[in-house]
Order: sequence, then C-alpha cells, then structure tokens
Amino acid sequence: MSLKDEAIRIEGLTIRFRDLTAVDGLDLTVGKGELFGLLGPNGAGKTTTIKVLCGLLKPESGLVRVGGHDVAHEMGKVKQMIGVCPQEMGIFPFLTGRENVELFGDLAGVPKGELKERVDGLLERMSLSQDAGRKVKDYSGGMKRRISLIMALVGEPSISFLDEPTTGMDPQSRRAVWDFIRGLKEKGMTIVLTTHYMEEAEYLCDRVGIIDHGRIIALDPPKALMERYGAKDLEEVFLQLTGKKIREAA
Amino acid sequence: MDVRRVFALVKKDLKKTIREPALLFLLILFPVMMTLMFGISFGSFGGNEKTQYTVGLVDMNAEGPDHHWSQDLVRNLTANDLLRVRTYSSNGSAQDALSKGDLQAVMVIPANFGTSCDSFVGNPGNTSAWVRTTVQLYLDKGSMVATQAIPPMAQQALSSTLVGNRSQATGLPVSFGSGSLVEVQKRKTFDYMAPGLFAFGAIYLIMSVAQTLTTERDEGLLRRLSTTPMTATELMASQVLSNMVLALFQGVLIFMMAFAVGYRPDTGPTGLAMAFLLVSVFSLCCVGCGLITAAVSKSAGAATGISFLFILPMLFLGTFMTGMSGGGPNMLNRMVPSFYLTDSLTDLFLRGAAITSPPVLTDLAVLTITSIIVFVLGVLAFRKFGTR
Repeated sequence: MSLKDEAIRIEGLTIRFRDLTAVDGLDLTVGKGELFGLLGPNGAGKTTTIKVLCGLLKPESGLVRVGGHDVAHEMGKVKQMIGVCPQEMGIFPFLTGRENVELFGDLAGVPKGELKERVDGLLERMSLSQDAGRKVKDYSGGMKRRISLIMALVGEPSISFLDEPTTGMDPQSRRAVWDFIRGLKEKGMTIVLTTHYMEEAEYLCDRVGIIDHGRIIALDPPKALMERYGAKDLEEVFLQLTGKKIREAA
Repeated sequence: MDVRRVFALVKKDLKKTIREPALLFLLILFPVMMTLMFGISFGSFGGNEKTQYTVGLVDMNAEGPDHHWSQDLVRNLTANDLLRVRTYSSNGSAQDALSKGDLQAVMVIPANFGTSCDSFVGNPGNTSAWVRTTVQLYLDKGSMVATQAIPPMAQQALSSTLVGNRSQATGLPVSFGSGSLVEVQKRKTFDYMAPGLFAFGAIYLIMSVAQTLTTERDEGLLRRLSTTPMTATELMASQVLSNMVLALFQGVLIFMMAFAVGYRPDTGPTGLAMAFLLVSVFSLCCVGCGLITAAVSKSAGAATGISFLFILPMLFLGTFMTGMSGGGPNMLNRMVPSFYLTDSLTDLFLRGAAITSPPVLTDLAVLTITSIIVFVLGVLAFRKFGTR
C-alpha cells in the first residue's frame, strides 16, 4: 500500500502499564476507505491501540500516523479528521440526545447552517428522532450506544474509531447499526472497528486483525482467514489460533 | 481559540447547573434562601449600639501658634474611655461620615480656640478680657444616647483643658454651640452582612467546579471531549466563562432578594457595576480552587470533601461572618481572597465609597492578582494530576 493510500500506519507500537505489556510491537496499516476490524478478547490490546490512535495515550515506542500525521507531534491536525466512539460512551446524561449530538457538532466545527439538518438525518437513521428531546440519562443502554455513535460521526470525519459500538444492543438494533456503518464505508470513510462479536466483523469488515496479548496474530479479509484455516467462521479461526474461544478468553 | 467551541461548552455547563437539582440548590437556591432568611432575621434589628462613641474632630486651630490648646482638648477627649476621636481635615468630610452613621458626633474646634484659651489663662478672673469663641458640636439626631451623653463629656474635656480639676465659678470663654442634630442613616445588622453574602454565594462554585470536573473525568467525558478538535485552553475558558455567568446570575439574585427585604446599598449604578465586576473576578479564583480540588480528588465524593478545605477558610474569614465578629480585619482575614471581595463591597455598599477610591481599587487589584495566580495554579495542577 502506498503512503498516499494509507489512512493509518502503525510501526512497532508498544504500550506498557507497569509490568503489563498491553500492546507489544504492533505493526498495522489501514487503507483509505477501508473498514478494518480489530478483533480479540477483552484485555487483548484493542482499546489501548484505539486510544493511541485518537491521542488518549502517548506511544512509548514506535511510529503512529493517522491521516498522514504523527500522533505524537501533530495531534491537533489528527483531531480535525477523526471521530471517536469510545467503549465507555462518554455522553452527558443531563443533556438530551439532540443536545449531545449538537454539542459534538459544534466542537467538530460543523457549519451552523448544516448542523440541524445533519443531526436530524443522523437521528432519523438511528431511529432516535422521537426520543431526541429526552435527557440521555433516561435512555436504555442500546439507545445510549446509538447516540454515542452519532456523536462520533456528526462531524463527518474522514477516519472513525468505533470501539465496540454494538455492545449491549439487542439484535435488531445491532443490525441497524451494521447497516449504518456500511453506509459510512460506502461514502468513503475509513473505519477502525473493534469488537468481540465475530459475526459483526464477518459482516462488516474488509479486513480483520486478530489481536491477542498485544500482538496481531492474524491479518486478512474474513473470508481469506476462514479459507486459510478451513474454518466456517471467525470464531473458529480464533479458536484455532489461540486454542480458546473468544468469549472464554474474555 | 475557537469561540464557537467555547460557547458550546459554556452552554453545556449552564444546562448542567439548571438541570441537576443538587447543583441548582447549591449555587442558586441556597445563597438566595440564605439572603432571604438573613434579611428577614437581621433586617429589622438596629445596628450595634456601641458603648463607645466615635467623635469626628475638625481642628481649625491645628495650624495656629497656640495649637497646643486644641491638642490638650483632644487628649482630654481621648482620655475618656467612652469616646473615640477620629480626626478629619474638613467639616464636610466629617459631616459626610456623620450622615452615614460612621460617627455619633462631630466637633469643630474654631481657629481662635487657642487665642481664647490664652486670654482665659492670662486673665482668669477678668471676663471682659476673654476672647470668646464657640466649639461647634453636631450630633446624631437618631441616637438618643449620643445626644444625651456626648455634650456633657465634651464639656468635661473642655473644662479639664482650661482649668484642670479646679472649679471655675465665672464660667469659660469657650462654649459649645447648641448641638446641631443631624439625620443619620440607621444601619441594621443586615446592612453589615449583605456585602459578605455575595462572596458566600460564589464560594460554592469551588465545589461545583470540582464535582463537575471529577465526574466528567470519571465517566470518560473529558477523555471523549479531548478526542475532538477542542483544546485544553478552550475547555478552561469555558469553565471560567460559565462560572462567571453563574456568579453574576447568583449575585443579581442575591441583590434582588436583599433589595426585596429592604436592603438599600449606599451606591449607584456604577458602584453596582463595580460590585459585579468584583464578583466576576472572584469567580475566577473559585474556578482555580475548584481545579486544584479536582486535581487532587479521586472521585466526585472526595472532591466534595476536599473543596471544604478552601470553602471553610473563605467562609469564616472572608464573608459576612467576618463583619459580624466586630473589630477590624486581621492578618488571617487578609489571607483569603473572599475577604477582598467582601471588603470592597462593604466600602461600596456600606460606606458609599466611589469606585475609584483607593480602598476599592486596592481590593480589586489584590483580588485580581490573587485570582489569576490561583487560576493558573489550578490549571497547572489539573493538567498534571487531574486528567489521569
């Protein structure tokens, strides 16, 4: 992949928390417009990697470039082009759903004239229009996840980091979010998605990286991985690679 | 700095205050209720009837060659434990202080006082050789005690000056002008408390800033905000602005409530504008203290407790409680920023000081410098320890 086509480049990334090595010499490249899945159990290093990519953690060693900018020195430029949907959600409970989204639209610099229309459209697509005027503290877990996703995307970032965006959702909502994420990819957005739902990765991702103990142990399109390991799904691939099921590992 | 981002964050913070009952109570209802209750409880009580009377003295004889006579009179006045003498350079300024209730009486020693005394000492028995003069005495009309007690004490001091302990059958060449009674504004206890209520209300911003930031940190909100193009400077600016707005709103409500229970500050629109400027500056200090609290607190609960380390000294040493203790401020009072807010508001509201008067400007300068220092320390502490 040429530099021009790269959205993300990670070389030799290592992150340690005291004695624990959360990310261990990770190398990864994600292309522009690619929907990349980072799979692995809890504690594998997915969220830590995402935190480095969006500037929440400083890399101890290695090179990390997002949108062509070094996260260690040009985080201001990186923040202008990313949208982050964190695992812990981070929604203001005293604001309504609409106010949360508008706040992040203002922070992302969405033109005033476009903001309302854009927010309305996103709320409509996430089936939240009717509840947009209610305070988020009264939302269900699934509704909070969907609002959190919209908050990340209202600025129409060129690169999005979605950290387990469907955790805790019912199957119907999850399917709606999948379709929504696919729509973003079709518009050319680069998306890095972390999940421990293997079917989610199979359905959405152009390529997946399976991460365990801070290392990428497999990297390919889902179908290619399944073919290579003679597996019927990614869960089986993970089982063959690590000797354990992803849920057991979690 | 992007103004739109700052205003978006300010809007969010103000909505939080309005929508969270605990914050709304702490920042708005509590100080407003306190003002109302204090106003009702202390507004109808008279000012402290002092056992010591303060007499303003204007000595027109001070420049004369025989000024030792007026000095003797002052010495005899001050020898009386019931009298406290405060010297004024002009009758106008002394009258001003009397009309505001700062004095119980004004005594004007005429320029020929010394000449009159000399004429008496040279010819104590020859009344025709005396140069007669009058010491003018103005008394607080509203104070029955002052009108009754001060003239005899002044007369006694005069007699002591001229004849010592001897008796004088023929009278004295110096007499007291009939005590002119002056209408004096009566102060109620609440008048002395009201300036401190503004600092009292604003102090709780420390707790709200600390709680808000620790909660937002613990719930991952600050982390999420930091992934947006928002900068740390914009976040701090929004904290300052939103808390200044809150402090002003709080100040207006406290003032309205005090006004409703009969409080009338001795100042005009410019004095009020200066008062609100002082309140705004003080809010910067409160944000700084809140940031320091948030930096060292591991949770919102801990922040509540730790914030009292700032709140209590400011409360007891720099609000209406200081004024109630009697006596002047001491070194401890001067060590808390809230004192300078209360002191300047007292100058403006109670003494009718001009906004350009040295005491008000000094308090403003000290408060501004202190607030900036505390705020910068707060920002540094929060950036180093608060976001972990």
